[in-house]
Amino acid sequence: MLKIENLHVRVAGKEILKGLSLSVNAGEVHAIMGPNGAGKSTLGNILAGREGYEVTQGSVEYFGKDLLDLEPEDRAAAGVFLAFQYPVEIPGVNNTYFLRAAFNAQRKKRGEEELDSMQFLKRVREKLKVLHLKDELLHRAVNEGFSGGEKKRNEIFQMAVLEPKLAVLDETDSGLDIDALKMVADGVNQLRSPERAFIVITHYQRLLDYIVPDFVHVLADGKIVQSGDKTLALKLEEQGYAWLQQRKLADSAVAP
Amino acid sequence: MSVFLQSLLDAFADGDALRPGHGLPWLDVARRENRQALASSGLPTTHDESWKYTSLRTLDQRAFASSDALATQHTIDPAEFALPEADGARLVFVNGVLRADLSRLADLPSGLDVQPLSAVLQGDAESLRVFLARNFKHPAESFARLNAAFAADGAIVRVAPGAQITTPLHLVFIGGIASTDIAWHTRNIFDVGEGAQLSVIEHHLGVGTHANLGNVFAEYRLRENAALNLLRIQNEGERASLIQRSEFSLAKHARLHLNNLDLGTALMRHDLRIELLGDRAHAAVRGVFVLDQRQHVDNQLSVEHRALNTSCDLFWRGVADGRARGVFNGAITIHAGADGADARLSNKNLLLSAQAEIDSKPVLEIYADEVQASHGATVGQLDESALFYLRSRGLPLAQARVLLIQAFCAQALAHIEPAGLREHVTQLLQARLPQEMPA
Ligand SMILES: Nc1ncnc2c1ncn2[C@@H]1O[C@H](COP(=O)(O)OP(=O)(O)O)[C@@H](O)[C@H]1O
Ligand SMILES: [Mg+2]
Repeated sequence: MLKIENLHVRVAGKEILKGLSLSVNAGEVHAIMGPNGAGKSTLGNILAGREGYEVTQGSVEYFGKDLLDLEPEDRAAAGVFLAFQYPVEIPGVNNTYFLRAAFNAQRKKRGEEELDSMQFLKRVREKLKVLHLKDELLHRAVNEGFSGGEKKRNEIFQMAVLEPKLAVLDETDSGLDIDALKMVADGVNQLRSPERAFIVITHYQRLLDYIVPDFVHVLADGKIVQSGDKTLALKLEEQGYAWLQQRKLADSAVAP
Repeated sequence: MSVFLQSLLDAFADGDALRPGHGLPWLDVARRENRQALASSGLPTTHDESWKYTSLRTLDQRAFASSDALATQHTIDPAEFALPEADGARLVFVNGVLRADLSRLADLPSGLDVQPLSAVLQGDAESLRVFLARNFKHPAESFARLNAAFAADGAIVRVAPGAQITTPLHLVFIGGIASTDIAWHTRNIFDVGEGAQLSVIEHHLGVGTHANLGNVFAEYRLRENAALNLLRIQNEGERASLIQRSEFSLAKHARLHLNNLDLGTALMRHDLRIELLGDRAHAAVRGVFVLDQRQHVDNQLSVEHRALNTSCDLFWRGVADGRARGVFNGAITIHAGADGADARLSNKNLLLSAQAEIDSKPVLEIYADEVQASHGATVGQLDESALFYLRSRGLPLAQARVLLIQAFCAQALAHIEPAGLREHVTQLLQARLPQEMPA
């Protein structure tokens, strides 16, 4: 589904991703962990199509096509979804209205039939119920005045409604209490299917108790420095990123 | 003398004897003095601080006829100005001329008196003397002088003490096609009695393409405990010019709720002057303009706090696309003795193109004690991170932009009541927003 090869990305003149490679197949859940500033959000933003990132080398293929060539809205229509680390507040834009407009814009682009407001509302209410979210969410402006936790829940709600093929969750678990964390995990687990894939960026192993990943990668200094199964997350939890530092030192000692 | 003044003053001599109220000694004097003052001062220039951003040089080179002989014959479909929830009294003027056939003054609710200025001048003209015998001292007040010298008609509205007029009075000012460009001058006077309530919709629109100049001067007097709900919808033709001055004076406990929407005209200037004269008088003002092409819209809002515990809440939004220019000047003065005043001003502006320009100047002067005041003004572009957020969910760029612009403006319309009217006004505004925009 997704094939990232030797990706180099510059932001504001500074190289952030330095040769990142990652393959994700349909049906898989990949966890990406790593210290602050490693480039995790940069990866999410690059996949979703945010401006301001310069790809200097490498490629990103999505279903065999060059993902980097597409506008953000075309990526969305093709099934890419990013749950933002910092969801944006949009005063004056109603959450339901926005979501329906987005939903229908995606369907239109895919040549599918659009849903009218009744049909859409039905779908939305089903999702709310499954995720144990309150109706109130529908009537508020997008993220306006939401607490940190509410914003993260809203991201998961949007994901549930839009049913993407590739969802990237950027620290959706940060700052959440255990109930909210379970809700996020529920949202992902509900959607897990052989056709979908997830990239779950997180700082903490605890989310992975609920969303059991197929692969865990460590992203440090712009590269995947270690990959493994879910036990890698436990090891990280125990030993922290300190051993990465040592690895790095070892690397540079080797490098000419 | 400029082409502009020459054309008007020439016409003045011809039309003088026909002007309603001609022969009333005090009115003749007032008209003459204002005309003379105008002739010597001319139009304000950009050297005048309050006209710094609005040049009248082009206008000053244009000639205007002073009356539209065919104004009563233009065919106008009432659907042009129909508004939901506005099925009460109505006065319609076309190029400044009263259209009795389109107006509705029968069966007014008790306590509401609405008459054309021309009619009052034939009758109890004396009751208008305090309003019409004014001399305008400042050279920059050329248009007030022009109005004082020329105005032949308008709306005279009086609300009896305690009367509650909640169905809005619909005042319609239509600029219409004429064989030459017309300059028209309208004078409106509102007197809202003690404890009375009045709703008014001031509605400007253009029918057919015209390049007329409207000059509207209105005074609103709110007596103790009076309340005025005023919705101003300005949707004049795209080549029209409109100069307006609206003065509000609020006595003790009086309340003004003003909602203002500016969409049309090539050139507009509106001076809004609010005087809070009595204790606890309150003014809530919300405005928005949406401009495109080469439109130029200049709003000058001033609020004077002159009594104890007076308050104002001013909220203005501006959007400019194309090569349009918007100006917003919001000046709040809390005079000595106006202790306990509460004043708020928020002005935000959105530029949609590199050639558009908006100048915003909030001014707050405080000479009293225990005052709460805040003011802020910004001019910026659409929020890139909000745009990306919407696009990342699948909204095409053009649609995302429109959604954000609509949301930006919606806040300025949020207080319009009833909901049906708010919906209608929102649609008028949306029709003016770019529907599809290049990336
Ligand atoms: N828009 C930007 N402008 C400048 N620097 C940026 C920008 N985005 C990210 N960076 C820098 O790139 C590095 C990686 O950031 P990020 O991808 O957010 O890391 P992570 O999500 O792993 O904490 C950091 O040093 C950060 O300061
Ligand atoms: Mg991050």
